[in-house]
Amino acid sequence: MRTDWLTLRNGVPVPAEQIPHIPFADWRQTIVGAPIRNRRVAALFGRPMGQALDLCAVLACDRDGLLEVAWTNLTGSAFPSMTPECPQVHMFERELAEQWNLVPEGHPWRKPVRFHPAYRPGPDAFGRPTDGPRTVGVTDFYRIEGEEIHEVAVGPVHAGVIEPGHFRFQCHGEHVFHLEISLGYQHRGIEKTLVGGPNKRTIHLMETLAGDTSIGHASAYCQAIEAMSACRPSARALALRGIALELERLANHTGDLGALAGDIGYLPTASYCGRLRGDFLNITALLCGSRFGRGLVRPGGVAFDVDASRVSQVLERLDSTFRDVQGAAKLLWQTGSVQARFEDVGRVSLETARELGMVGPAARAAGLRRDVRTHHPSGIFQFVHIPISTFHTGDVFARAFLRWLEIERSVFFLRSQLSELPTGSGRVDCPPLQADQFCVSLVEGWRGEICHVAMTDGQGKLAAYKVVDPSFHNWAGLAMALRDQQISDFPICNKSFNLSYCGHDL
Amino acid sequence: MLKILLERFRQGHRTAKFPKQPPVLSDRFRGLPVIDAGKCNDGCRACADSCPTDAIAIEGRGPKVDLGRCLFCLDCTQACPTGAIACGQEYRLAANARQSLVVSGGPAVPAHALEKRLLRLFGRSLKLRQVSAGGCGACEADINVLATLVFDLGRFGIQVVASPRHADGLIVTGPVTENMKLALQKSYDALPTPKIVIAVGACAISGGPFAGNPEVHNGVDSTLPVDLYIPGCPPHPYTILDGLLRLVGQLEN
Repeated sequence: MRTDWLTLRNGVPVPAEQIPHIPFADWRQTIVGAPIRNRRVAALFGRPMGQALDLCAVLACDRDGLLEVAWTNLTGSAFPSMTPECPQVHMFERELAEQWNLVPEGHPWRKPVRFHPAYRPGPDAFGRPTDGPRTVGVTDFYRIEGEEIHEVAVGPVHAGVIEPGHFRFQCHGEHVFHLEISLGYQHRGIEKTLVGGPNKRTIHLMETLAGDTSIGHASAYCQAIEAMSACRPSARALALRGIALELERLANHTGDLGALAGDIGYLPTASYCGRLRGDFLNITALLCGSRFGRGLVRPGGVAFDVDASRVSQVLERLDSTFRDVQGAAKLLWQTGSVQARFEDVGRVSLETARELGMVGPAARAAGLRRDVRTHHPSGIFQFVHIPISTFHTGDVFARAFLRWLEIERSVFFLRSQLSELPTGSGRVDCPPLQADQFCVSLVEGWRGEICHVAMTDGQGKLAAYKVVDPSFHNWAGLAMALRDQQISDFPICNKSFNLSYCGHDL
Repeated sequence: MLKILLERFRQGHRTAKFPKQPPVLSDRFRGLPVIDAGKCNDGCRACADSCPTDAIAIEGRGPKVDLGRCLFCLDCTQACPTGAIACGQEYRLAANARQSLVVSGGPAVPAHALEKRLLRLFGRSLKLRQVSAGGCGACEADINVLATLVFDLGRFGIQVVASPRHADGLIVTGPVTENMKLALQKSYDALPTPKIVIAVGACAISGGPFAGNPEVHNGVDSTLPVDLYIPGCPPHPYTILDGLLRLVGQLEN
């Protein structure tokens, strides 16, 4: 039996039969050894095979722009956990336990992820009664005992207009020893419904995996579908997708700078950025009618093309909006009281970020060089490069400042792309999916790496579809950022990550 | 300090003139469907068959669109061979009754104000607690922007507050996931009476793209009585604002 993994690239399909099935011990050994070999785990998921389960892992080698994939087969209902040796798989293993009643033996934090019924019958991996309800938020929370130690529980319904989640702090006075985050309130059961597709609802589910990342997730999906149906969208379509992706980044990064300013009571930037975020959203609406880019990215290209006058309108609005964002952001960096609140709060070290497999701005703010646009470029980013931005302090300031750096670079990209849009058709026909294909599709969404893994069956229908939102990797980073901080610093730590609940819960 | 003042001067006053002036929307904005049943081919079901949420029914000649399910996605307009269905620019879509959201080409039935007793209580001051009961977060985002200086919701006496105990009503988004059902019910129970419920977005009205999944309850009225439905996926902030202002009697036809 083979023990070597198949190497492939982002958005390049391979016949499914080429993916090796290797013995579990070898498969496990390669995963726990991945960080030492400069690999990280981009996806790990299961698929039923009769009574048994096939497990698939996707490792990413950022230096070489390569992905490594292999399956293994598991017949029992337990396996030795990899988390103690390779912490970045901790959530994936909890997910496997919840979905497939599979016990990762020795997992230090074996708790449900989304609190839904398992996908196959069998004894519950968390020791709950098999036919009992799966009540959300009812789990074995970590507790610290002692004199004057107290617990603060927040959510699922929060004070602001925000998605639901439950946070539990172990405190001594203001001091936070530990934060535990328990989610699942947004679980809509999307992944399960994708198998057997695509159908007329699939693209809409992609656009609503995480509403503020509609372009990111729809792009990852279309890239996978086009790869597996041998469809080649035009350079123009790829450029327009890239433009929409960077507009999504601009809107969200700008909104985050405003929200951070709001949480420390610095109202000028909070007020300006609240409006400016909307101005970026309205530029996306100028392209396609929807502020969130709904309906723009479709298999085969983009559903809305632009003419010269629309391009010049976009450029004009981009310039005036960027000028105002520049003014609003500069105030942050020039104001001592703002710096004092941002600096040295919610620090995540480079080592922690690496161990947890963090992605996106939160990882780059800790100094990790990780950006799909640079390391696994696809679409327009194969031809036009956006320099990667990093910072080294890993604190709230770093996560805020990094957003500003990325705003500048995205605007530069937009200006150059809009002034020389390639010619061609906005959308070409996308033929049906080919049978027995496998594809990994990565896109750098504004929160970080979006990973979709798709596989077709003999009829060209989706036999498996795995979605990994960047938040899935990063929520643990927020919990670590709160260690030994003041509980009153939670809002700015939380905003500096601004993770997705629905992208995590699916 | 001087820099703050300078920047304040440069950024200027940006609150929109709504409702005195109509909002400026993208020319590609997708609002109320425009239906011309006269163009329909006999027996044609192209629009209904293409709809991802089965929002379209063919009754007699021509389609009927349920705005409560509609994602305003253009799949039907692209499927239609004769151009009988298109997206219009009308953004005022809120309705008081679920069945008022079913349209067949005529103008939408605009939402009316609360009954007299409630209007006396809430007309000049309405405090709402937002509950996100599943969904994708986009509706929450477009409710959130109402608090920005562009819309400045506070100037109409409407405010989103931090606790249901301080609120007159709930503004709910999301399809009501199984995991949020209890929290939604508890939030509703915590409101002092009399109380109102506003459902924002296709998910909150019908389950939206997630309708039929066993993990969701296909909308708020599966759990609570709803006083105002605001359709869209997500609704434009002006659609939401228009609905709220009509409900409190600050906007009439």
